[in-house]
Amino acid sequence: MDEIPQTAGAAHDEREQILDRAMARHHNSGDALIEILHTAQQLYGYLPAPLLKKIARRLMLPPSRVLGVATFYHLFRLEPLRKHSAVVCLGTACYEAGGTELLEGLRQHPGSGDWSVASGRCVGSCGLAPIVICDGRAMARVTADKLEARLREDHDRGSTGTDAGH
Amino acid sequence: MSVRTLEVDGRTITALEGQTVFSAAWDSGIRIPRLCHLGGLSEAGACRLCLVEIEGQKKLQPACLTKVAEDMVVNTATPALLAHRRLIVELLLAERNHVCAVCVLNGACELQDLAAQLGVDHVRLRPQYPSLPVDLSHERFGLDHNRCILCTRCVRVCDEVEGAHTWDVAGRGRNSRIISDLGEPWGDSGSCTSCGKCVQVCPTGALFSKGRTVAEMRKDRGFLRYIMTAREKKLWIS
Amino acid sequence: MTGEVLAQTRDTERERQAGLRERIACCSVAGCLSAGGGEVRAALEKAVNARGLDGQVEVIGTGCLGLCSQGPLVSSAATRQVYAGVTPEDSAALLDGGAGRFQGRTLGPDHPFYAGQRRLILENSGRVDPERIQDYIAQGGYRALLRAASAMSPAEIVAEVKRSGLRGRGGAGYPAGLKWELVARHPASDRYVVCNADEGDPGAFMNRSVLEGDPHRVLEGMAIAGRAVGARQGYIYARGESPLAIARIRTAIAQAQREGLLGGRIFDSDFQFQIDLRIGAGAYVCGEETALLASIEGRRGQPVPRPPYPPERGLWGCPTLINNVETFANIPAIVERGGAWLAAIGAPASPGTKVFALAGRVARAGLVEVPVGTSLRTIVMDIGGGVPAGCEFKAAQTGGPAGGCIPAAFLDLPMDYDTLPGIGSMMGSGGLIVMDTSTCMVDVARFFMEFCMDESCGKCVPCRAGTVQMHGILRRLTRGEAAASDMSMLEELSRLLKETSLCGLGLAAPNPVLSTLRHFRNEYEAHLAGRCPAGRCSIPVPEPV
Repeated sequence: MDEIPQTAGAAHDEREQILDRAMARHHNSGDALIEILHTAQQLYGYLPAPLLKKIARRLMLPPSRVLGVATFYHLFRLEPLRKHSAVVCLGTACYEAGGTELLEGLRQHPGSGDWSVASGRCVGSCGLAPIVICDGRAMARVTADKLEARLREDHDRGSTGTDAGH
Repeated sequence: MSVRTLEVDGRTITALEGQTVFSAAWDSGIRIPRLCHLGGLSEAGACRLCLVEIEGQKKLQPACLTKVAEDMVVNTATPALLAHRRLIVELLLAERNHVCAVCVLNGACELQDLAAQLGVDHVRLRPQYPSLPVDLSHERFGLDHNRCILCTRCVRVCDEVEGAHTWDVAGRGRNSRIISDLGEPWGDSGSCTSCGKCVQVCPTGALFSKGRTVAEMRKDRGFLRYIMTAREKKLWIS
Repeated sequence: MTGEVLAQTRDTERERQAGLRERIACCSVAGCLSAGGGEVRAALEKAVNARGLDGQVEVIGTGCLGLCSQGPLVSSAATRQVYAGVTPEDSAALLDGGAGRFQGRTLGPDHPFYAGQRRLILENSGRVDPERIQDYIAQGGYRALLRAASAMSPAEIVAEVKRSGLRGRGGAGYPAGLKWELVARHPASDRYVVCNADEGDPGAFMNRSVLEGDPHRVLEGMAIAGRAVGARQGYIYARGESPLAIARIRTAIAQAQREGLLGGRIFDSDFQFQIDLRIGAGAYVCGEETALLASIEGRRGQPVPRPPYPPERGLWGCPTLINNVETFANIPAIVERGGAWLAAIGAPASPGTKVFALAGRVARAGLVEVPVGTSLRTIVMDIGGGVPAGCEFKAAQTGGPAGGCIPAAFLDLPMDYDTLPGIGSMMGSGGLIVMDTSTCMVDVARFFMEFCMDESCGKCVPCRAGTVQMHGILRRLTRGEAAASDMSMLEELSRLLKETSLCGLGLAAPNPVLSTLRHFRNEYEAHLAGRCPAGRCSIPVPEPV
C-alpha cells in the first residue's frame, strides 16, 4: 500500500492505532463508514486515497462505495487543508447581509494564499449576519475591513497555523 | 399466487399479485418508457420516466415500483405524462454532450429511441456542455462520461449480478460521476472482472466495446434476462 | 435510578440553588458565543472567584435566551432580568448591582420581545445549564420518563400523544401520534427511534439551539418514544456543522447513561433504551427521512422512493419512528401534563407552540416561541420590533428552500400548518427571514434554487438536471439576459419538478420560484425588461443606440 502522508499532530503509528480501535469499536461494520471517515479525517486532516483503501479493506467494502460516500458529503476532504481556513456563511440571512461579496473578496485577496476559503450554510448565528468562521472561530457582523484586518494579523504574526475546522 | 385484474390505458389486463405495474403492462404489450429500470436488477426509481397516473392517487407513481392491486385504474400516456417525459428527455440531452452523429451506439441507443418516440426533435433548454473525460484505459471497453445519464444500471449489475461492485457514483447533484474503485482509470481497477455486463446494460453509448466506429455498436439487450433466468430457474432460454 | 432517587436528586439540587444568592446564566449557544459570550462567562467566573463569592453566586451556561441580535445575553435569577450586549467589563456591575449600567439593554418578562412569546420548548432557557443533568432534573426533568416507564402502558403513551394533536415539527406537520401508532402496531420485533437533528435550511437554527440549550429534554422525549413504540435503540442524526450541539448531546447521553436514565432496566422497569449519536457530513438532503436513514447506515445520503414509509420499513428494514428535535422536545410535557393540556394551546388543528428563528431585516432577531397560529404581524412587528427605521417590510420567507415568501398583504394570517400552504408557503422547520424593499425577490428565488442545485443528491433526473436549468434561467433574469421564453420554461420546469421528483427536496425546490411568481410577478417582468426594482441585481445598462 502507498504511504499514508504524515501531518503534524499525533505520531503516525498512534493515529493508525486510534483509527483501528475506532473501526474495531464498530465491529468493522460497513454501516459505520461515515463515523470512521469522520474519525480518519480528524486524525489525518483529510482523506487520502491510501487511507480510503485501508478503510475499505478493514470494513470489507468495495473501494468505489467508500469513495462514493466520501465524495457525497461536503465535510469530507480529499485534499489537505491549507494553513488557515475561512468559511463564509451563505445562509439566507448572511447572503442577504452580503456574504457573497465577502466570499469573493476573500477569494481574490492577494494575501489569501495560506487560506482554504469555502462557503458554508447557516451556522446558527443569523442574528449576527454576516458570519465568517476563521480557523474555527466565528466572527460576527463581518465587514470587508474586518476581514482584511484578520488576514493581515496572521500575515504579520507569520503564525504557524492552527488546526482548522471544528 | 393469486391473480389481479386492473385497467391500464382503458384495457383490462391481468397480473400476478406482487407484480409491478410496469411489468404487468409490459406483459400485456403496453410499453411504459424507462431508462433506469432493467428486468433482473433492483429498482432505482430514479429516471422518473415510468411515472403513471393511478386513479385515486394524487401523486404520480413510478410504474417500476408500484405493485398491482385489484381494480386499479392506471393511465400511462396522458398528455401531462407525455409532456413530463419529453421534458425529462430534454433535460438529459442538455445535461451532457449527447452527439448522436459521432456515437458508436447511434441507431441503437435507448435515449435516442425514446427521444424519437416522444417526438423530441429539438431541445429547448440550454445545453450545459460540461467538460468530461473519456476513459479508454480498459483493454476491451471504454467509458465516455459525455454519454452517461447516471441511470446506475452498470453500478447495479456489477454489484448485484457480477458481485464485483467495481462501479459506484461519486460526487453528488450535477457533479455526480460513475467511478471505478477509488476513482482510478478503469483499466487499473483491481476489482473489475472484465465481464462486460455493465457495457451490455448501459442504455447509451457511455459504456462501449472498443474497436467499433460510429453507429457500429449493438448491445445484447436480452442477455441479462438470459443469465438471470438461468441462475434462478435453471432454464437457458434462447 | 429509581423514582425516589430522581425525587431526591431534584430536591437536593433545588435546595442547593435556593441557597445561592445569585445564579447568573450566560447564553451559551451558537449565536451568543459568536458574539463573545464565552469571554463574558469567563470574566464573570473570574470576578466571582476574585470576590470570594464561590458558593454564593454561581455562573452557568444556559440555552438560548432569544434575542440573538443583541447578544451576548445574560440572565439573572435574582433580578429576573435579561441583559443584552454584555461585555466582560460589565461583570462587576452584574455582581455588585449596578443596574444603571444596563439602561436600555435590560429585558424583563414584560419586554415586548418576551411578552408576546409562550415558551414551552425553551422554558428551561436561563434556568438550566445544558451540561448539568441535575439542572434539568431540578426543573422536573425525567419525571415524564418515570411516569412513562412505570405508570403508563405503551398504548397509553401513544394515546396521550394522539390526544395532544401534536404535529411533527419537521415541516410537513404530519400528526405525531399517528406515526407513533404505525410503528407501535407493527409486528416486527426490532424497531428504532430516530431523531432528525439534521436541520439544514439556511436561516434555521431552532433545533440546534434546543440541542445546545436543553439536550436532556430531547433525550427524554426519545426514550419515552422508545417505550411507546417498543424500540430499544435510538439514534440522533445531527449536522456535522454543529460541533457545539454534538458536544452537548454527547455529554448529555453520557450523563443519562451514568444515572441509569438510558440503558437497561430504566427506573427498575423492564424497559431498556440506548441512544447513539450519528453525525452527518454536510448534505442537506439527509434531512429527508429516507436519505437520513441511508446515511445512518453509512451510505450515500440518497433518498429511496416511498412507500414503503419508515414506520413500515426504515433502518435496516425495520419499522422506524422518525421525528425531529422539536417534536421530541414536546413529548415530556405531553406525558407530564397530559395531551389535553397541549391541545388547548395554539390553533385547534395545529396545537402547541412553534419555535421560529427570526432573522433578516428585523429590529430584534433571534429565537422566538409562540403558540401555533400566531400571526406573522405579531411575530415580526411586536416581538421582532418590525423592520429597522428607514426600511419597509416587503415579505417574510418561511420554510427555507422548500417554502415561500409571504407578502405584506398576508401579515395577519395565522402561521399554522394548514394556512401557509394556501398562500404558497409552508411552516417548514421554523426559519423566518424578514425581507425589506431592498431585497430582490428574483434574486431570493435564484439564491434558493442555487441552494437546491448544490444540495441535490443527483439521483433523479428532474431534480439533478432541472434545478440546474431553473437556476440558469433565474441567473439570466438577475443579469438582465433572459428572454420571454425563459419565463414559460421556468414555469414548465417548476411543474415538472413538483410532480415528478423522487423526494421532498426536488418536489419542493420550485416553491420559492412559484411563490415569488405568485406574489411578485411584476419583479420578474421588470427584470425581463432589464430593470431590478430593488436595485440589487447588477443589470448592465443598455448602450445608447
